[in-house]
Amino acid sequence: MNEKAMRKSRWITTVFLIIIIGITYLSAMITKFNFIDGIATLPKALSWIFANLWITQETWERLPAILGKLNETIFMSIAATTLAAIISLFLGLMGSKTTKVNNVFSMLARLIASFSRNIPVVAWSLILLISFGQNSLTGFLALFVGTLGFLTRAFIESIDEASQSAVEALQATGATYAQIVNKAVIPQSLPQMLSWILFMIETNIRSATLVGILTGTGIGYTFDLYYKSLNYNAVALVTFTIVIAVIIIELISNRIRKVIL
Amino acid sequence: MSLLQVNNLGKSYNSETQVLKDVNFTVETGEFVSVIGPSGAGKSTLLRCINRMVEINEGKVIFNNSDVGSLKKKDLRKLRTDIGMVFQHYNLVPRLTVIENVLHGRFGYKTTLQGVLGRFSEEEKEQAFFLLQKLGIEEHAYKRCDQLSGGQQQRVGICRALIQDPKLILCDEPIASLDPNSSKVIMDHLKSITNELGITCLVNLHQVEVAQGYSDRIIGLRKGEIVFDGKSALLREEQINHIYGTERRELITV
Repeated sequence: MNEKAMRKSRWITTVFLIIIIGITYLSAMITKFNFIDGIATLPKALSWIFANLWITQETWERLPAILGKLNETIFMSIAATTLAAIISLFLGLMGSKTTKVNNVFSMLARLIASFSRNIPVVAWSLILLISFGQNSLTGFLALFVGTLGFLTRAFIESIDEASQSAVEALQATGATYAQIVNKAVIPQSLPQMLSWILFMIETNIRSATLVGILTGTGIGYTFDLYYKSLNYNAVALVTFTIVIAVIIIELISNRIRKVIL
Repeated sequence: MSLLQVNNLGKSYNSETQVLKDVNFTVETGEFVSVIGPSGAGKSTLLRCINRMVEINEGKVIFNNSDVGSLKKKDLRKLRTDIGMVFQHYNLVPRLTVIENVLHGRFGYKTTLQGVLGRFSEEEKEQAFFLLQKLGIEEHAYKRCDQLSGGQQQRVGICRALIQDPKLILCDEPIASLDPNSSKVIMDHLKSITNELGITCLVNLHQVEVAQGYSDRIIGLRKGEIVFDGKSALLREEQINHIYGTERRELITV
């Protein structure tokens, strides 16, 4: 890049910034959103939260039932993630530049990945709700499809990054495809893949709550029920248990990551 | 019949630039040949055409009486077991141990299942340790490769090539990422492979002095064409200047 081109690219940045500010202002005008008003309602909202979302003595009695649902949600997330991971491994191998078998499969793998990833998990759960009805399979599938796309994408990158040179060397020795994948690609990219899987389990437990509200399964459904029956104390307890569960899972997966990397 | 014949070899990655143009040379069994030339002259591509890591566009490469360009997948695998390869960046699997990496060189002789399960015979394991001992890295056999220094990793790479029991070893800039001491160790090992085991070596090199010191014969490559091919002793200053063109400057003056 010469000096002229560099100066030009800096200009482009400035112009973009101005355009973005313009768009922000314009959309606020159209939707009649007033930032000051939004801030002004904050104290009121906070005082409502402190007044109503309080865990009282009698809500603790509901804890066993809530924990049961929470367990179900956690294991559903883990099951969806691990199953998606197995299929993503194959799609990743097909999609990666280093290990692809041919261009057709590579395109297909990338297509499946981007299709399932670019439709948000919320949309997936609503679509699947219509076709599969209200049961835990729907929630499972919604998480599964979203995870599949993300993990395939991540695996393709892990494989490309980790093992290109070793793959070349093993090809030069006359090794077969399966030997190369099993003895060079997987040993080299496994830690990174596991790290992505752990990340996805964490994310899925978080989104399982939302998916549960939409599809009527797991802890999300419990949340929804208490919320609609105006039992805000129970809602507070549900939220609290979710937060604790997510923190615990995060701590565990951080520990595992430290060991494997 | 020579071990390796390269006839009218041509290669281009895209329509604009031709990387190799009408390359002709032969290599006899037991020769130590260096290929020198500036960056981008096509040295790496030339080497990779010989074991067909890149496809050949024009001309023929004949190795051990078989036409490399026309081989089917299975025969190509078989041919590659006869050609070891050593890389600039060693190309090991860093997370695996030294001994595992050395045994990777045997995959070409195994069925897929044997390779995947990692079934190696006692002789193969003994051979691997013998080679590690010969290259002086026996005590690191159970260490992970990423714990080794560059020179040690390159020796693992050489062991992996040798355990293939090859007729020819291709070395793509084997000492380009190493310090002078390790470089000397590696070049000495390569030289002794040719002298003691009678394995032919074709080595890409950046350093003209190293090429002159070690090889029987030197091939000079410039912009994809051979501009010098002869005994090392015949390579004089003017030819070197011709190979490197005006790009050659005194880089380091000690």
